[in-house]
Amino acid sequence: MDTYIQGIIMLAGINLMAVLGLSLLTGFTGLFSFGHAGFMAIGAYSAAIVTSLLKLPFVFGIAASGVMAGVVALLIGKLTLKLKGDYFCIATLGFGEAIRLILDNFQGLGGSRGWPGIPAYTSIWNIVIVDILGVIFLANLVRSRHGRNMIAVREEELAAQVAGIDVVKYKTLALVISAVYAGVAGAFLGHYMTFIQPKMFALIKSTELTIIVIFGGLGSISGSVLGAIVLTFLPEMLRAVDKWRLVAYGAAVILIMITRPRGLMGGVELTPSGIRKVLAEHRAKRKANAERSAQ
Amino acid sequence: MTQFFQQLINGLSIGSVYAMMAVGYSLVYSIMNFSNFAHGGVIMLGAYFGFFSMTLIKLPFAAAFGLAAVGTAALAVLIERIAYKPLRDRKAPFLYFIISAMGASIFLENIVIATIGPTFRTYPQVFSRTPISIGGLSIGRLDLIMFGVSALCLVALVLFIERTKTGKAIRAASYNMKAAALMGVDTDRVVMTVFAIGGLLAGVAGVFFGMKYTVYPQIGNITLKSFVAAVFGGLGSLPGAVLGSVILGTLETFVAGYLSSQFRDLIAFVILIGVLVFRPTGIMGKPSEDKA
Repeated sequence: MDTYIQGIIMLAGINLMAVLGLSLLTGFTGLFSFGHAGFMAIGAYSAAIVTSLLKLPFVFGIAASGVMAGVVALLIGKLTLKLKGDYFCIATLGFGEAIRLILDNFQGLGGSRGWPGIPAYTSIWNIVIVDILGVIFLANLVRSRHGRNMIAVREEELAAQVAGIDVVKYKTLALVISAVYAGVAGAFLGHYMTFIQPKMFALIKSTELTIIVIFGGLGSISGSVLGAIVLTFLPEMLRAVDKWRLVAYGAAVILIMITRPRGLMGGVELTPSGIRKVLAEHRAKRKANAERSAQ
Repeated sequence: MTQFFQQLINGLSIGSVYAMMAVGYSLVYSIMNFSNFAHGGVIMLGAYFGFFSMTLIKLPFAAAFGLAAVGTAALAVLIERIAYKPLRDRKAPFLYFIISAMGASIFLENIVIATIGPTFRTYPQVFSRTPISIGGLSIGRLDLIMFGVSALCLVALVLFIERTKTGKAIRAASYNMKAAALMGVDTDRVVMTVFAIGGLLAGVAGVFFGMKYTVYPQIGNITLKSFVAAVFGGLGSLPGAVLGSVILGTLETFVAGYLSSQFRDLIAFVILIGVLVFRPTGIMGKPSEDKA
């Protein structure tokens, strides 16, 4: 396969990993984050320390990235998840930027000039396998009792609380799991680029992840998968008009917000039963229309 | 001791520019309850408007200032019409506004990169670089003018909000948009006015910012700090935004002066997290109950 195409596939896989986690937090639990690039950064640097400095195999690097991101998320969650929606959003923004600026100033890990020479361990196979595992875990999670509780928190926080759901606990759980996904994505990104730099994990990266989740559709795993693939390939195809690509991107985001805020697949899954559901609704609507016109 | 006062003056001057930006964030928040991240892009374009009217059209300084402010006011209203009005009509949750704002900010930054280019540009020198010295302290002319104009703008804003009929409508809408509408306030016009005022101040702030530093498409990222100042002072509160900005500006210069300039940017975000953890409503924000 063409190495260029291979590269894009790997990039899509890495984005997908981060997006899957964010999909749980945003799409299923209803919390928005503008700091997930911070968790990716933590993952990327942790993994690089393990593989590049300690010379351990990649598996340990991935594990370290997930654990570190998860632990930090737990701390951040304890501090900020009692805040109401928009303030939590702002807090994550502050967190993401703070992580980037700390790494920028920390000369031990390369500082703002970055850290070159990370081994190129990421391959199509390991990223695809991890993606598949990620999807399977997430699909099972959202259908479990815990997943249903998270959706309840998203739909009606107060009612969920009254019904006996520990809202803060489930928000924390969603944040930690999403951070682990982001951390692992960061590990793969570092070992794909073989070079990491704090600048790569700026606010714009967090925004991009959130945009992919919304583009794919809130509350839909298959939507997130589709969104990650489409929104990674699309900018690459627009390389010819490189300068205008992000202009179009910004305009597209506004357009989606004002015309189709549910995204590509809001709330619908691309599974046999999901498709049947949509078709049935469609048929019912057509039947109703036909009856109305017959009268 | 001299150094202390010197830093204090520098801090106040940069803080006053932050204040003009922060007021824009806070005004919009007080009416529409969302953080308008497109504001950074508007400020950035203000810096460019001022720059080009001084270099290309060769306008005198004051006229360039006016043109930049009017331009950004128009731009802010335009963004509201395109990116937020449809959401307002649909009564969409605040998150859609934030995402739309992020989209607008990406759009603005990159359209500037695509058309004007990513290069750093320096304003022509307007004021003499020799500082004025008062009792052993040297104050830059630009700093002095920045502080003066900002203070003037903010006083004008307070008078506008407190004394005029439109100001009254803005205050009413910030308490309760629906009730204000029932009392005959044209809320659509209030929203437009608020964006226009925010835009005007953004233009002035953008020109000053460009003159003090340089002009480049990513200025918007630095203006994020004025957003932090608005949160620090309490989102939605105008005096809070000013106070937060002045404190942040002073703190920043002290950190840069006494510790290290590298930590200057970090301090803003550390403050942000600290404020949110210990006092989410900031110094002067009204406590808002989460109705879930």
